[in-house]
Amino acid sequence: MTATAGGSEKRSWTATVRRAGLRALPPEKLLPDEQPVYVASWVYVFGVLTVAALIIVIGSGVVLALKGPAWWHVSSVGLFLNSVHLWSVELFFFFMVVHLWAKFFMAAWRGRRAMTWVTGAVAFIVSIGAAFTGYLSQQNFASQWIASQAKDGLNSVGIGAFFNVLDFGQMFTWHVVLLPLGIVVVVLAHVLLVRKHGVVPPLPARDSVTAESGDAVGERDGR
Amino acid sequence: MMGEETMVGGVDTILAAGLNGTPYYIHWGWFQISASNLAVIVLMLLVFVLAVAVPFPGRRR
Repeated sequence: MTATAGGSEKRSWTATVRRAGLRALPPEKLLPDEQPVYVASWVYVFGVLTVAALIIVIGSGVVLALKGPAWWHVSSVGLFLNSVHLWSVELFFFFMVVHLWAKFFMAAWRGRRAMTWVTGAVAFIVSIGAAFTGYLSQQNFASQWIASQAKDGLNSVGIGAFFNVLDFGQMFTWHVVLLPLGIVVVVLAHVLLVRKHGVVPPLPARDSVTAESGDAVGERDGR
Repeated sequence: MMGEETMVGGVDTILAAGLNGTPYYIHWGWFQISASNLAVIVLMLLVFVLAVAVPFPGRRR
């Protein structure tokens, strides 16, 4: 029984996925209880601030989606949640841009972290689409103006056939289902990659660790 | 945008005047940017510089 169970476990796809997951992200990497000393800097907090803002964006957005435009335009609580949604998005982009600058200037793609950089860039681009469709979902004169301008813009670059920005239903679905799903998936992959490869060290660290082995320094610097 | 019809006075009116008024634009030749967007960019730069320069509390070196 034990031998059979062991054999079937080896063949099971769920066991294979679990083993691969544990190999790539053992618990001490997935939920570390300490970080390298260079992480003790304000410049390293903007990634988690971005994620915190995203949680507020999604939480307020879920309530807005459940209650609908007639609620968020009229009731005092609806107006408040609408403002929370808007300003958390402002903070989300604010923190994300500072995070992007920090990672760009420390060349955060070093040490096999190219996919971490790429997923961050994709998250940024998808977020712009989500913010744009959010403006289109306001159901006011501003959203009509933005939609009519964007229609010409999208047509001018040849992708107007794929999106009808004048169609509120289509844009609202993109805003509340497809794009948030895309952002969550990409951000999740981004965070898991950060956990897998570790937080990138600052550039001067290469000179301060010359006593270490060449392999360790080379791996860290992407050589 | 944020339901101006419910704003009746006091702080709401001040905020509405600040946020819903005609946007002020700054021009440098061909370049044009709204004052609010420029303010956000300057604030981001300031926060970035402070994040690099200000020591993190409890840092052991």
